[in-house]
Amino acid sequence: MGRERGALARWFDDRGWRQLVIGVPYLWLILFFLLPFIIVLAMSFARRADLSPPIAFLEYWPYLRWDNFERLISDTLYVRAFATSLWNAAIATLLCILIGYPMALGITRVSKSWRNLLLMLVILPFWTSFLLRVYAWMGLLGTNSWLNKSLTAMVNAVLPAEHALRSIPMMNSNFAVVLVMVYSYLPFMILPLYANLEKLDNTLNEAATDLGSKPWQVFKDVTLPLSIPGIVAGALLVFIPASGELIIPSLVGNAADPMIGRVISDEFSSARDWPMASAVAVALLLVLVVPMMIHSHFEKRAQERAEGRT
Amino acid sequence: MNRRPVFLISCLCFGFAFFYIPILSLIVFSFNKSRLATVWGGFSTQWYAKLLDNDQVIKAAVLSLQIAVTTATFATVLGTMAGIALARFQRFRGRAGLSGLVTAPLVMPEVITGISLLMLFIYMAEWIGWPGSRGFTTITIAHITFSMTYVAVIVQSRLTSMDLSLEEAAMDLGARPWRVLVDVTLPVIAPALLSGWLLAFTISLDDVVITSFTSGPGSTTLPIYIWSKVKLGVTPDINALATVIILTVGIGVALAAYIMHRAEARRERDVQMALSQDTP
Repeated sequence: MGRERGALARWFDDRGWRQLVIGVPYLWLILFFLLPFIIVLAMSFARRADLSPPIAFLEYWPYLRWDNFERLISDTLYVRAFATSLWNAAIATLLCILIGYPMALGITRVSKSWRNLLLMLVILPFWTSFLLRVYAWMGLLGTNSWLNKSLTAMVNAVLPAEHALRSIPMMNSNFAVVLVMVYSYLPFMILPLYANLEKLDNTLNEAATDLGSKPWQVFKDVTLPLSIPGIVAGALLVFIPASGELIIPSLVGNAADPMIGRVISDEFSSARDWPMASAVAVALLLVLVVPMMIHSHFEKRAQERAEGRT
Repeated sequence: MNRRPVFLISCLCFGFAFFYIPILSLIVFSFNKSRLATVWGGFSTQWYAKLLDNDQVIKAAVLSLQIAVTTATFATVLGTMAGIALARFQRFRGRAGLSGLVTAPLVMPEVITGISLLMLFIYMAEWIGWPGSRGFTTITIAHITFSMTYVAVIVQSRLTSMDLSLEEAAMDLGARPWRVLVDVTLPVIAPALLSGWLLAFTISLDDVVITSFTSGPGSTTLPIYIWSKVKLGVTPDINALATVIILTVGIGVALAAYIMHRAEARRERDVQMALSQDTP
């Protein structure tokens, strides 16, 4: 069947191991990932009812109700939640690019032993508890914290005395949500960017410099265009989890202006409206599928270009 | 070219300060004497002493560790199988389906994974009478499902970058297939298995959202315990607990990375030496 298959694969084949190796994880994922998702999809076309489980489908063909999706568009609660989520996630992604790019570029410009240490320092927060890293900011943003007090003092030094602030209201706001998102997801931006920037051919930079380009021009004309795949990969790794985030808005966000993850969770547990929760979840996935498609488009193009070159 | 590194290095300093100041502040305030968690009132280790007396914390930590070890082990086995299937079996029916199923959980928002698994468990209980109650088993199944895909991705990328001629050579030299597997393939993918296990372990140990949907009364994991406390605000005893967790995980990961880095460096050196002896 082609020579890319190793001898070991052939042996697996002969013994029927192949079916086992493919079948077991396949079955697991179908049972515990695909099937639950199909249940959610089906439920989004049902209606809340006082039954157990609390749902009801339409009694006649086509058995599907579109009520939930109509409510999704007409009820401002959902529209606003979507807008808030996507807006927060977009701002966080943009800030991650602005902060992460120079950091990733900086890591490629230091000596090899420093590079390993710095990469380790980027990865380490990723391994330590997400919840606790969000919690750490709760302590910093509160009105009594040393950070808030020193920021207030700095602002008051500029402001006239009659406008002096007691403290800066940072907690429970979209500002706090975006700040903590940037903090939590920055490693997801730095790592793919670093992987991309590290592979770039440094002789291109030298050639451009020799031909008289200023450092800024070299960056703008050579490094930046070549690193776009890295930026896109990092942006998706930040944007997708950020838009469905539940922990961060629950802990530091504004409850009056909820994000979509919070809405799904509330519909499910407090309102016990499972069909509505499912519909919001399906809509969120549809919104996230779009960036995914953009990404695979970029990747395919890069691959075609690479194949064309060799 | 001279001015840019200065700018980049100041960005690095700023970035790492941003990364580590919140964590350092948390650690410092865990030694705070005052009950007010954010106002310094002198040095004290009382919150750590209280932690040891807190049965709830100890019980939750034990449960979390049990779930994490079980999850990591099963996820490594299942994820390795999926990784082998995707990297070595080039054509089989449903290959695209498997590769889609492996990547989809990675991008699925946690809330949706959590809710859909909870609905599955509710309907399964209705249809086949299992699971009777939600707890250790349902949490572990949920954790295995999303962490096995990380392992699969790691193992797959390690296998695709592996030199297939190593296996061919061993077979040509008369090694039996299972010898090849044990002596050639496994040592090459061992670092991937180890990092996969560790990743699955820490992901499981850390998970809040999916666990909160798949756990039942009486099965409180450590993150769920912390989650229920943290929603009420910042308290010094949670600062102490957080410090213990962050330092344990941080030191463990740094140590594992260092050992793996050294093993890799030694392997590379051995390969270099073998090559240089071959061609004098």
